[in-house]
Amino acid sequence: MKVLVPVKRVIDYNVKARVKPDQSGVDLANVKMSMNPFCEIAVEEAVRQKEKGVATEVVAVSIGPAQAQETLRTALAMGADRAILIQTDQDPEPLAVAKLLKAIIAEESPDVVIMGKQAIDGDNNATGQMLAALLDWPQATFANAIELAAGSAKVAREVDGGIQTVEVALPAIITADLRLNEPRYASLPNIMKAKKKPLDTKEAATLGVDLAPRLKVVKVTEPPKRGGGIKVETAADLVTNLKTAGVL
Amino acid sequence: MAVLVIADHDNASLKDNTNKTVTAALALSGDVDVLVAGQGAKGVADAAAKIAGVRKVLLAESDALGQGLAEAVTAAVLPLMGGYDAVLTPATSQGKNFSPRIAAKLDVSQISEIVEVVDANTFVRPIYAGNALETVQSSDPKKVITVRATAFKAAGEGGSAAVESVGAGDGAPKTKFVDQQLVKSARPELTAAKIVVSGGRAMGSAEEFQRVIEPLADKLGAAVGASRAAVDAGYAPNDYQVGQTGKVVAPELYVAIGISGAIQHLAGMKDSKVIVAINKDGDAPIFQVADFGLVADYKSAVPELMDALTAAGK
Repeated sequence: MKVLVPVKRVIDYNVKARVKPDQSGVDLANVKMSMNPFCEIAVEEAVRQKEKGVATEVVAVSIGPAQAQETLRTALAMGADRAILIQTDQDPEPLAVAKLLKAIIAEESPDVVIMGKQAIDGDNNATGQMLAALLDWPQATFANAIELAAGSAKVAREVDGGIQTVEVALPAIITADLRLNEPRYASLPNIMKAKKKPLDTKEAATLGVDLAPRLKVVKVTEPPKRGGGIKVETAADLVTNLKTAGVL
Repeated sequence: MAVLVIADHDNASLKDNTNKTVTAALALSGDVDVLVAGQGAKGVADAAAKIAGVRKVLLAESDALGQGLAEAVTAAVLPLMGGYDAVLTPATSQGKNFSPRIAAKLDVSQISEIVEVVDANTFVRPIYAGNALETVQSSDPKKVITVRATAFKAAGEGGSAAVESVGAGDGAPKTKFVDQQLVKSARPELTAAKIVVSGGRAMGSAEEFQRVIEPLADKLGAAVGASRAAVDAGYAPNDYQVGQTGKVVAPELYVAIGISGAIQHLAGMKDSKVIVAINKDGDAPIFQVADFGLVADYKSAVPELMDALTAAGK
């Protein structure tokens, strides 16, 4: 079984995003970039499926600038077999990303795509569902547990209020939620080995996909700041303050 | 222009998220219809018909819709879209599941988790865990939008819209519903509660989380939430998680106990009206957003708070 894992290079999880003074976007100059945490979980899951003998090949794909090669090398160091970079200096919207991935899927014919449910920059939570729609494949989003079998996958999904389990026919799109697994750290020998694994680069423009944005960013602003609070000394003070504030 | 709102419900009752999404829809157009896609959901449709400002309620029913399968909801919505310029869905786990699928089928971008309608083409949405607000203008012929319900007031009652049955589409032939385990609770729902009490990693165990957080929540009539650290450690179930990738809440009062305040957690609660933090680390980032901070070990502070609430007649 062949597994395709799309991964995205984003601002590091521990870095606080800062809005540019000219309101044109978020300042990413000299900011630490890493693999999107949900993508890491997806790579880990694909590699575990291979270690279990269910998956036979894990292919990582990233769409982004030349530096996204580093993100792909991370996926290779975690255990992916080979990688494909779809290079573009644009920042395509989820719909365009889904279309680019569809073009790669037409070439690669994976049995299943495992990807993060959301990227922590745009916070859209849309690409996986869109890709499933474009391919007319079933989707199992927000996966908490995955059992892959020949021709189908049983997926426990995190939903409001609990867990829903569905069975999807393969090929399918599965998106990873936080508690699907805990991604490994790549070991030094594996990081070295990853440097020798194949990484192909394609220009996004060669895939015949319209990357023009549908949404124009008018401005990016800072959220309103909360007014400064006070420290209280005792629980009784706290209750008095809450009564005064009218929330008890 | 006409706008379709897809109702949030569990086949038995209509959720308040629907009323809030109707408010967002009314900012786009006066012609707002509500689709109830479910099974045995006539009561939900009747409730939606009473929302003030709703023109018409559409009811689509099938087993696959009752199970909320994304392919089924998409198949039910697409034939209706000839008559609408926009479709709005509350950004619940359910809405987030099917809405992008509808957008891709219409070949339009999704505008995710809007918190403000500027005009019929322009919307404000949080990005980067709420550390920035992005104003976007859509050039798509039809808008597919998910709505952060906590950012809008609920539309009231007083409507008397007609309920009309529509086709259910062709279901979800490639997806089979297996089962669903939902946590039953007498407490208010997390995203709709007026008061939320959340516990963090400091609780140390599931038993301690229940012993400390739940009685306080019950005393305040509050919903229970948790930080990601507490959920990851197994102290609380996953649907308690408040934050960037969990639930977004904006209650009148948010009480954070033993939560340090990672940016991902703050993203889920910083729009609360009043925030209280109890943490023994006076430098914890949670105090930067708290209106009232109590630097104390929760082990002594929570019992004292319970006593003070009792003394205050709670």
